[in-house]
Amino acid sequence: MIGRFLALFLLLATPLRAEIAIQDVTSPGGLKAWLVEDHSIPFTALEIRFRGGTSLDAPGKRGAVNLMTGLLEEGAAEMNAQKFAETRDGLAAEFRFDSSKDDVAVSARMLTENRTQAAELLRLALTRPRFDADAVERVRGQVLSIIRSNAKDPSAIAGRTLDGIAFGDHPYASSGDGTEDSVQALTRDDILTAHTAALARDRVYVAAVGDITPEQLGALLDHLLGGLPETGAPLPGAARLDLTGGVTVVDFPTPQAVVSFAQPGLERDDPDYFAAFVLNEIVGGERFGSRLMRELREKRGLTYGARSYLIDYDHADLLAGQFATDNKTAGQAVDVLRAEWARAAEGVTAEELAAAKTYLTGAYPLRFDGNGPIARILVGMQMTGLPIDYSATRNQKIEAVTLDDIRRVARRLIRSDQLRIVVVGQPEGLSTAP
Amino acid sequence: MRNTVTAALLWSASATFALAEGPVTDFTLDNGLQVVVIEDHRAPVAVQMMWYKIGAADEPQGHSGIAHFFEHLMFKATNDLKPGEFSDIVEAQGGNDNAFTSWDQTAYFQRVAADRLDLMMTIEADRMRDLQLTDDVVATERNVILEERNQRTDSDPSSLFMEQLRAAQFLNHPYGVPIIGWRQEIEGLGRAEAEDFYRTYYAPNNAILIVAGDVTPDAVRAMAEKHYGPLTPTANLPVRKRPQEPPQLAERRLTMHDKRVSEPFMMRTYLAPNRRTGDQKTAAALVYLGELLGGSGTTSLLARKLQFEDPKAVYSYAYYDGTALDYGQFTIGMVPLPGVKPEEAEAELDGVLKDFLATGPDPAAFARIRTQLHASEIYAADDVDGLARRYGDALTTGLTVADVQAWPEVLQSVTPEDVMEAARQVLDRRHSVTGWLLTEEDAQ
Repeated sequence: MIGRFLALFLLLATPLRAEIAIQDVTSPGGLKAWLVEDHSIPFTALEIRFRGGTSLDAPGKRGAVNLMTGLLEEGAAEMNAQKFAETRDGLAAEFRFDSSKDDVAVSARMLTENRTQAAELLRLALTRPRFDADAVERVRGQVLSIIRSNAKDPSAIAGRTLDGIAFGDHPYASSGDGTEDSVQALTRDDILTAHTAALARDRVYVAAVGDITPEQLGALLDHLLGGLPETGAPLPGAARLDLTGGVTVVDFPTPQAVVSFAQPGLERDDPDYFAAFVLNEIVGGERFGSRLMRELREKRGLTYGARSYLIDYDHADLLAGQFATDNKTAGQAVDVLRAEWARAAEGVTAEELAAAKTYLTGAYPLRFDGNGPIARILVGMQMTGLPIDYSATRNQKIEAVTLDDIRRVARRLIRSDQLRIVVVGQPEGLSTAP
Repeated sequence: MRNTVTAALLWSASATFALAEGPVTDFTLDNGLQVVVIEDHRAPVAVQMMWYKIGAADEPQGHSGIAHFFEHLMFKATNDLKPGEFSDIVEAQGGNDNAFTSWDQTAYFQRVAADRLDLMMTIEADRMRDLQLTDDVVATERNVILEERNQRTDSDPSSLFMEQLRAAQFLNHPYGVPIIGWRQEIEGLGRAEAEDFYRTYYAPNNAILIVAGDVTPDAVRAMAEKHYGPLTPTANLPVRKRPQEPPQLAERRLTMHDKRVSEPFMMRTYLAPNRRTGDQKTAAALVYLGELLGGSGTTSLLARKLQFEDPKAVYSYAYYDGTALDYGQFTIGMVPLPGVKPEEAEAELDGVLKDFLATGPDPAAFARIRTQLHASEIYAADDVDGLARRYGDALTTGLTVADVQAWPEVLQSVTPEDVMEAARQVLDRRHSVTGWLLTEEDAQ
């Protein structure tokens, strides 16, 4: 029970060596999972990811994987949607099904006392969904409602516009929800195709945390996932990034402009990844003390919050960010952003580096707080291809970053000439020249 | 007073589920600061939360937003710290800190490695009494808050709509004022108002300290005595007595159009009883009512009738919020299917309510909800921050530690008859506001 917080001990005055508590489990049927056993609360958090997600939509079928995912809890085997929900709620089990650019995510919480029944129900949802005609129409209506709502949401418009500019003809360029037209046109066959394309054993990652033993987990996995097809649809190739410097304005009637920006990022396995990660923490990270927060919020009161982040999609890497500011101050705020981008290219001070390192190394173990959060971290580590002892070495990699490393990566990474800024609103004082 | 209860004891009636929540201890310092310690030794992490019994509903009239404004100013300079240094110190420890304001409370919290708790108490105690404001700091932060209002409210028609709805629900009680404040009143907030507010309400006898995580009550007590013990209480702290509602005799209706709306949306709120100390039965029954009517997007009554049997709605929902000092609210609503007229959809919804009042809950649905509420206590034990918030919410709204610990059992004791009695009391249109947020085209 101690070992799962191994990383924290690196922070303490007397470093302790605890046993690695993440177990690498292989089921009798050959399925892999990472497990942290903790028997103090009688439930198990289970996280399953299928790589591919909405990027597996067949040509002309945009939105199929998303709609299919939304239908997994709408009836399975002999149960219609009502019966399925009644059974799940009667067991007090909790299932969530989500899709994103890179995966279909299944999150479950199951009580120990009825885990067998809950897992059986989840198995039926994953392997024998019904996709009944009335359920398809109902969930299609919900998806269309979201699409129409996002069409009038400034943040959603900004994200979609930036994706469209950045990703060319790659699936990443458009929303995985699909368009009103594409979703209207989806048939039950399209949904069945999306199901066999997206949920397959060759792309599954599993983490479990809680009141379950390796043997119990192995048996559960074979039962849960054994009935899925061996292979799914091929993944899309790498996206060719098409980002140039400059501002794109999308006229929208709102008092506050949303500003989203992006430039090319860095591969997760790049030797300078950690230096770039620390650099971003200094420029636009999670702290109130980041440069963007200091300059835009604390000094000038131009925004409620500003952030930047490294995005590591499976098929593209970005350095991106977002803030919102009054239309009247949009020009001024974008000028500040550009000045900070230019300054970032020059590196950081020793004090900034030290403060970022203390924060990042201290904050990391605090993330491991509860069965659900730990399971999500562990499944993410597997999808990123990190080793099982990563959490024990991650802070050492942060500590090892030097000012020279940051200078080197800043020169290479920060590209004002490829920083595309999308402004949704009716901004004033904005120069659209690069 | 020292009162240690292991919450698991409360579960003797339902022994099939073991409960994992650790022990909870509470005591009060001589200067009036109440302290609650929630132990969870699974991880060497602690959260400190300082809750003040001051919120948007306690603001002087015409100064809406000052409680929230003050929440921001608490991160500025004290006689020992520079502006922003508070967060710098927390972040230098790898911690997270933030704060939030509601109608009944303002709370500040930090999550850190458990061995940094003493430092967190040092700086939290420092800013309880020693904040030093300047006109510049106040002016810049006012702009940040106007941007926050822009982002959260003015950029989002549904937030604007709910703000209007709430203002119409409360005829006299300040729950009708938005937490962030009305724009023109935020613009008028200055240093003098802020300082008066601070001196009165930021005091140990108006606060509750909650420490949760890998801590022991004895260690927390010693640290709290050292850091908070010397702080002076506010003499003659104003009694929290807000203007109360007159009898609500007339149903209210609102229609709002906005060109940023993509499709019609309905929300209706009813004035409802709150959780009261020693008397939480009606509130518990209203939790069931919310779950029965609209808790599940599939099996609840509204979902079944409006989305499944004879589809009129894309979504429907119902919920009860009763952890409040003066009044709770019961909320229902829906998004109609395209092509279904708002009045037609609303008539269907009212038909469902009428049938429910005539026939009562389906026993199987009632039993499922009871099971889920029971199990939610097991899942809740996985989230010590959530447990800390439960106590903070309750203790700033007139409830006691004993009320919080009794709540799961009160929920288990609710009968279908209790639900029907509460439903008949609350689902009275005279106490309600019905609002429709419509597209610009619907305005014709």
